[in-house]
Amino acid sequence: MKISVEHIAKLARLSVSEEEKELFGPQLNGILSYMEKLDELNTKDVGPTSHVLSLSNVMRDDMPGNSIPREDALLNAPDHTDKFYRVPKIIE
Amino acid sequence: MDLYKLGISEAKKLLDKKEVSAQELLDSIYKRIDTVEDRVKAFITLPKEKAYAMAEASRQAIDAGKPSSLSGIPIAIKDNMCTKGIRTTCSSKILSNFIPPYESTVTSKLGAQGYILIGKTNLDEFAMGSSTENSGFFTTKNPWDLERIPGGSSGGSAAAVAADECIAALGSDTGGSIRQPASLCGVVGLKPTYGRVSRFGLVAFASSLDQIGTITKNVKDSAILMNIISGKDPFDSTSAPVAVPDFAKNLGQDIKGLKIGIPKEYFIRGMDKEIEKSARDAVKKLESLGAIPVEISLPHTEYAVATYYVLATSEASSNLARYDGVKYGFRAEGKDLMDMYMNTRAQGFGAEVKRRIMLGTFTLSSGYYDAYYKKGQQARTLIKQDFETAFNQVDVIATPTSPTAAFKAGEKSSDPLQMYLSDIFTISVNLAGIPGISIPCGFTSNNLPIGLQIIGKHFDEETILKVSYAYEQSTEWHKRKPNL
Repeated sequence: MKISVEHIAKLARLSVSEEEKELFGPQLNGILSYMEKLDELNTKDVGPTSHVLSLSNVMRDDMPGNSIPREDALLNAPDHTDKFYRVPKIIE
Repeated sequence: MDLYKLGISEAKKLLDKKEVSAQELLDSIYKRIDTVEDRVKAFITLPKEKAYAMAEASRQAIDAGKPSSLSGIPIAIKDNMCTKGIRTTCSSKILSNFIPPYESTVTSKLGAQGYILIGKTNLDEFAMGSSTENSGFFTTKNPWDLERIPGGSSGGSAAAVAADECIAALGSDTGGSIRQPASLCGVVGLKPTYGRVSRFGLVAFASSLDQIGTITKNVKDSAILMNIISGKDPFDSTSAPVAVPDFAKNLGQDIKGLKIGIPKEYFIRGMDKEIEKSARDAVKKLESLGAIPVEISLPHTEYAVATYYVLATSEASSNLARYDGVKYGFRAEGKDLMDMYMNTRAQGFGAEVKRRIMLGTFTLSSGYYDAYYKKGQQARTLIKQDFETAFNQVDVIATPTSPTAAFKAGEKSSDPLQMYLSDIFTISVNLAGIPGISIPCGFTSNNLPIGLQIIGKHFDEETILKVSYAYEQSTEWHKRKPNL
């Protein structure tokens, strides 16, 4: 087994139940084995493609525009004050 | 007359001549939805009140003699495109209460042309899936056989078009999510060239692959919508600074002498016989219209699914990091901040989304990056080069859209890898960033639709639309309707 579900889930900020570990372990490792088909390819002199367009450093003029008002930006937050998002305390 | 059956251009004629009002057309659509929606289940949200307000605005524009190109046309939008003030869920519990404070560029453009947003359609959660079975809410049914899935991830949009619950729809396509459901529902689905249509306001899944496109009752309607939604957008730096042609202009031109590539890797031993026969018959039809079939090879086809799932999951794991219960969406309780993040994501995401986030986290993690992610990017180069070589020889490429017709709900949902293989014919097109369209090309003996995929060069949607239109006009498949 290549993937330790517990370790990867922690990196991905997902809590997983024992049941999920049992379900995901074989599934993820099965998919990974399938991905390893790519090892058959000789890619020694092949460059990577991250993006299909030949665009780079798309620049624009620094023009001020309209922003979303703060009240609107906060509307969807599960918890907020009149100015800030609020999260559980992180410093004792 | 059953107004809900109309396509865009037919409806527009009646509206502009004032033979039908925008309200009458909208009434007909909502009545149709009332009749069939409890069986089809295509929609998550039906903003009726706003729709009637939009219809009134269209009426005024038409009465003033100034109709826009979509005045009064009821359109459905996949629920991963942000609509200001109207809930946008991505079919995920984590966004089930999300009301966007801004509008996506595509719906702004449709709005500027007077469209009526009739509803937000169901999808696989975050567009991850091929059947809508991964929706966090419910599974959409295939209008041709309610025991079967409509395909995915844009299954709600495709089913809504096939069931005449709208005049046309938008979907999004990362690995086949417009073309595969269009094929399985017997409608027309176009995935444009990457960069042709702005992704601003499209909830991101895999940003180097995602593209918005059209799902329509016929080819001409696809061209009409493409004329509106295409073009460079200052809000999306990956939208391409390429001139937008009139996509409808070449429709009706003949296709004599046009070279159609038939990739041998897409017609393999053991493939579904009915699918193969329909695709080959479609090629013969195109030949009878003057096109020249040419056998070609896309040698890296067998690596496409593996390449896609390395790259798409990697990008997804990064894109979906934003769902942490702070700025929007669902939040679960936790004893501290980390605990809150972990519980929010565990309770907010469904199983397939978790699988993909974990796969992507793994392939990007230290020690595995080169072996998986970089290797995937190199394989992507080879797949892209296959198409570049092929397009030196031919003008378009024709393949089946999907290896099977619509499958039964539950048939593949327990085996993620089997589900991934349903995208085998569509995925390479996203990796190469080129345009592809699925058009109806036949039916199985069970009366399930079969789709033909026509693939084009970068930014050459015009040619695939021209070929599709020529085929459509010489066949009757697109006129068949499901019995609901």
